[in-house]
Amino acid sequence: MSITITDVTYSFKAKPVLNDINLLLKPGFNVLLGPNGAGKSTLLSLLTGQRKIQQGKITFKDYDISHDTRAIMAQLGVVFQQTTLDLDLTVLQNLTYFGALHGLSAATVLNRITPVLTQLALIDRLQDKVRSLNEGHRRRVEIARCMIHLPQYLLLDEATVGLDVDSRKLIIEHIRALATAQHLTVLWTTHLMNEVLEDDPLFILNQGKLIEQGVCHTLLAKHQQSSVFDLYRTLTQPQGLL
Amino acid sequence: MPPYLICFWAILKREVLRFFQQRSRLLSALVRPLLWLIVFAAGFRSALGVSIMPPYESYILYQEYIVPGLCAMIILFNSMQTSLSMVYDREMGSMKILFMSPIPKSFLLLCKLIAAACLSLLQVVIFLLLANIVDVEIPWWGFIYAIPSVFLSAFFLGALGLILSNFIKQLENFAGVMNFVIFPMFFLSSALYPLWKIQESSLWLYWICQYNPFTYCVEMIRFALYGQFNIQASSVVLGCVLVCGFIAVGTFKPKK
Repeated sequence: MSITITDVTYSFKAKPVLNDINLLLKPGFNVLLGPNGAGKSTLLSLLTGQRKIQQGKITFKDYDISHDTRAIMAQLGVVFQQTTLDLDLTVLQNLTYFGALHGLSAATVLNRITPVLTQLALIDRLQDKVRSLNEGHRRRVEIARCMIHLPQYLLLDEATVGLDVDSRKLIIEHIRALATAQHLTVLWTTHLMNEVLEDDPLFILNQGKLIEQGVCHTLLAKHQQSSVFDLYRTLTQPQGLL
Repeated sequence: MPPYLICFWAILKREVLRFFQQRSRLLSALVRPLLWLIVFAAGFRSALGVSIMPPYESYILYQEYIVPGLCAMIILFNSMQTSLSMVYDREMGSMKILFMSPIPKSFLLLCKLIAAACLSLLQVVIFLLLANIVDVEIPWWGFIYAIPSVFLSAFFLGALGLILSNFIKQLENFAGVMNFVIFPMFFLSSALYPLWKIQESSLWLYWICQYNPFTYCVEMIRFALYGQFNIQASSVVLGCVLVCGFIAVGTFKPKK
């Protein structure tokens, strides 16, 4: 259940946004690290079929995103950078709506989601309107929502940005546990270095180019750096600024 | 329940829930045509006489004449507001979630259009019931006959709104388009005055009204409310449904 990105190049109004990206995401927790504007969200929009691939190929195991979009969507859970919940509906209505878009009945959704909501401390907020929730709780709802259809792949675009420390910790630990327990292929994009652990497969994107990839501790040794922050700074900052 | 039916039902339920939660939208959907019916029609009643013309079998009051036009106006506004909500959904990101479904995009858009048409139908029925209170007598069986006409018109105008929403990048721009679409469509039709009256005043205006598909929505509803079938109007609207439906579904862009 791996995701393969081969020779992907993408331009927006003649301005290159992604340049010859090649990477292989294996089951587990993969981190895509890059500064704002590096092309992380564009890459995610290509992975989710929101944008059409101009050059290159993306496959989810045997399925090609350009031709087998529906089959991939059935196995793909996504949390976008921007909140995509309907603010005027309740938590439960949002979840059942999403489940229905995958052909699942409300009863099935509720059965599947109750343990997740309990873990994410949301079970008491089911009847609350999303508008009344804070950012942290909204994110948790989105995390719960992306698991409703039991996906094999999870893509999360800066899912913890703007959240307090406790919410961030809860969410990232939850996703790491899911990746391990259910053998999911997770792509976690972030610009927050402290979300990266030493054993994580790490992909560093800068100015539309994949400038480094490998297991975090291997990359630290290769570049003789002691922390992810130093590694990231060495790789992304122009030499004169260091 | 089959997955496609679950999906359709969820989209319909969401649109209905959102509609009833937006109280100002519900209120304005009813107040707008009622103001036209009670105030505008009362004022113009003596100025504008309507002679015997199909589907009417005798002289009618002006307020009775404009009821089908006002039904079509409700549909036009609701359809454009649905498109507005599509632009909003696209800006807010909800549209991304819709297209993360493994169900075909064309089916999802079809569900959206049907849901919008159901909302239009609901508003038209409430309006007609209220119109009865101000002495506009629509035969009860007219309600039944009008259902397919209202639904077909709503589907056509919803698809037109969906096409327009492709060209709108922000909500603010949509307001301008509404002014350039809704008002010309409404005023350059037979909604407020019979076409022969327009022909007497201006021939070129008459021809514009003749080529305005909204005129045929109004006439289809007008005939249906009196239990008659206007084959010309129905054919034009059906043609518009097919053309706009295909263009809307084929060209819809979930992301700007």
